Amino acid sequence: MLESPNYLFEALPQQTIFCSYLYSAEYPDLRKHNNCMASHLTPAIYSKLCDKATPNGYMLDQAIQTGVDNPGHPFIKTVGMVAGDEESYEVFADLLDPVIKERHNGYDPTTMKHPTDLDSSKIQSGHFDERYVLSSRVRTGRSIRGLSLPPACTRAERREVERVVVDALAGLKGDLSGRYYSLTQMTEKEQQQLIDDHFLFDKPVSPLLTCAGMARDWPDARGIWHNNEKTFLIWINEEDHTRVISMERGGNMRRVFERFCRGLKEVERLIQERGWEFMWNERLGYILTCPSNLGTGLRAGVHVKLPLLSKDARFSKILDNLRLQKRGTGGVDTAAVGGVFDISNLDRLGHSEVQLVQTVIDGVNYLIECEKRLERGQDIKVPPPLKQFK
Amino acid sequence: MPFNCHNDYKMKFSLDDEFPDLSQHNNHMAKVLTKEIYGKLRSKSTPSGFTLDDVIQTGVDNPGHPFIMTVGCVAGDEESYEVFKDLLDPVISDRHGGYKPTDKHKTDLNFENLKGGDDLDPNYVLSSRVRTGRSIKGFTLPPHNSRGERRGIEKLSIEALASLEGEFKGKYYPLEGMSDAEQEQLIADHFLFDKPVSPLLTCAGMARDWPDGRGIWHNDNKTFLVWVNEEDHLRVISMQKGGNMKEVFRRFCVGLQKIEEIFKKHNHGFMWNEHLGYILTCPSNLGTGLRGGVHVKLPKLSTHPKFEEILTRLRLQKRGTGGVDTASVGGVFDISNADRLGSSEVEQVQLVVDGVKLMVEMEKKLEKGESIDGMIPAQK
Repeated sequence: MLESPNYLFEALPQQTIFCSYLYSAEYPDLRKHNNCMASHLTPAIYSKLCDKATPNGYMLDQAIQTGVDNPGHPFIKTVGMVAGDEESYEVFADLLDPVIKERHNGYDPTTMKHPTDLDSSKIQSGHFDERYVLSSRVRTGRSIRGLSLPPACTRAERREVERVVVDALAGLKGDLSGRYYSLTQMTEKEQQQLIDDHFLFDKPVSPLLTCAGMARDWPDARGIWHNNEKTFLIWINEEDHTRVISMERGGNMRRVFERFCRGLKEVERLIQERGWEFMWNERLGYILTCPSNLGTGLRAGVHVKLPLLSKDARFSKILDNLRLQKRGTGGVDTAAVGGVFDISNLDRLGHSEVQLVQTVIDGVNYLIECEKRLERGQDIKVPPPLKQFK
Repeated sequence: MPFNCHNDYKMKFSLDDEFPDLSQHNNHMAKVLTKEIYGKLRSKSTPSGFTLDDVIQTGVDNPGHPFIMTVGCVAGDEESYEVFKDLLDPVISDRHGGYKPTDKHKTDLNFENLKGGDDLDPNYVLSSRVRTGRSIKGFTLPPHNSRGERRGIEKLSIEALASLEGEFKGKYYPLEGMSDAEQEQLIADHFLFDKPVSPLLTCAGMARDWPDGRGIWHNDNKTFLVWVNEEDHLRVISMQKGGNMKEVFRRFCVGLQKIEEIFKKHNHGFMWNEHLGYILTCPSNLGTGLRGGVHVKLPKLSTHPKFEEILTRLRLQKRGTGGVDTASVGGVFDISNADRLGSSEVEQVQLVVDGVKLMVEMEKKLEKGESIDGMIPAQK
């Protein structure tokens, strides 16, 4: 005769309420997991936060779902959680603060302040040797305050983000003037042109994003805006409310960053005229969906030819010390082709935009110097590591 | 606890702004969901907090196929079929041949009522199988259930299955922590199920927390198999090589009834009502939830111009031998009942038995170069 399983089941009301179980019954099994969320989500923190909700109704299990569903990789430590709205960073601070500190190399959001600096005139040099640097690009993201983020937004909110941003972008003038291509309405010809320009983004397939709910209702309210010169591009409602990208062929990072700053400030002015603003605070800088993109949300990078240096055993160490990362030319999680690498800043939070872009400029110049020295048969040195947080 | 506050928050936005764009869509949900229905149901939620948008998300995210009509909506709990009946009743009607909200569904798991079925020619019928699903009362369904609930279902299931004896004595293999050797054996036996990759399932939230709480139980004879926490709480499968569908169905009925008794003793019987029969996650599986079928060699018949019509008249459907959405290999087809709701288990398996028997005879005729025109059945 079977004993009844245990009191837990007998006590169940017919109408099961989400968090009325013992917290231990709900605590995820993270034993095989390697991501920042799994490293910091103790049973104590889980039980403290699991029945809390942001004012919009976003809850912890939603925030961590992507990290539960994607155990991670032994070599690549993903973040493993997202924010559903601005308030997530407050309501779930007991988990997000240590995750942020780990991901951002010791930046302590409980005590430190993040510097924002979009004054591009402070940049020194910044025009690379174009025999090596094929293209230059700076991207960031911006969220519209008052509307939920992609993991949690309703269709109405997503459409509102689209309306607000497209309306503001229509006000850009001069070299920034351009037009919007909605994913639902673009013609085949427009689509092909955007693909040829490498501007078109696809429905996310990465389970890191789909498990967080960011691909819901695709392609509703998603689109791409770019200026006529094709040097300033905005993605709407992909992984963030907006991703803002300044780019051009060649090595003029200085001009790319100048346009980036000018464009961002103009867009900000235009949305403020209409009563909106970007999500930002002095603790975390610009608020974005993924905690890895807090602060500046900035990735400044180049496609650069480093066939000799990339084969040198010291390449990784040099990059590390310069606070740079390499990717293949298809972006994150792709391989390099023909000795051409995507080199960009590692850091996002705790350093300003100007500081990070300067770091990339100085670092890439150093890498090019190394490449030239190797071409001449000379030896290279590993530079001393750049200073980090105390 | 502010449980439904997300849906309350959503009500701030207008109906027009929240109504999904279904202009490119071809699924049952999209055909039925008008702005009026959306407007009427959008403020509602089941007691466990499942909302209209939760029901339809999979159908919004998967516009469908011009030829294959998917359902495009799921239930998150037993109450979904009540709370969202204004949407689900017409979907059920479209999917289940005009089934009305006032119709009653007959359940008949008395295997003795099946006539024949023990003599399908094993030169043609390679294997026979009957599957269904069962949901456990008191728990929400896979699109919605929490880790704690899913683990609760697993624990109950393990205890229930562990008490089975005789031909039903078997063992449970949790997906988490399965050894490589066990895994290979289960794959070789065609028992192992994978994490769902179909966006129809993943967009409905059924793969969350994989593989936590999931597993496979089978009897020592490898003829009776239960999947725990895949697309439904339980999927129950009886199978064997060859054409003795009668035996497969006997074992199916007996095993199911034994399992049901045990769950009932723990006040967690199966979800069932006299209108919708057995309640499962996908509206397409309501009623019996039963798919009874065979793998059968029909290389000649399958290329005959009337093949599709014959299947339709026999109330049967074909699939490839990998299951739904796969192609047939070597002229071998998976032939099973098309109906789930409005006819009983015995009736549906009877259609398979009679229909396959007829099709094998047709195949033999075609092998001899003879015509089958005189054998084309009337619409059942």
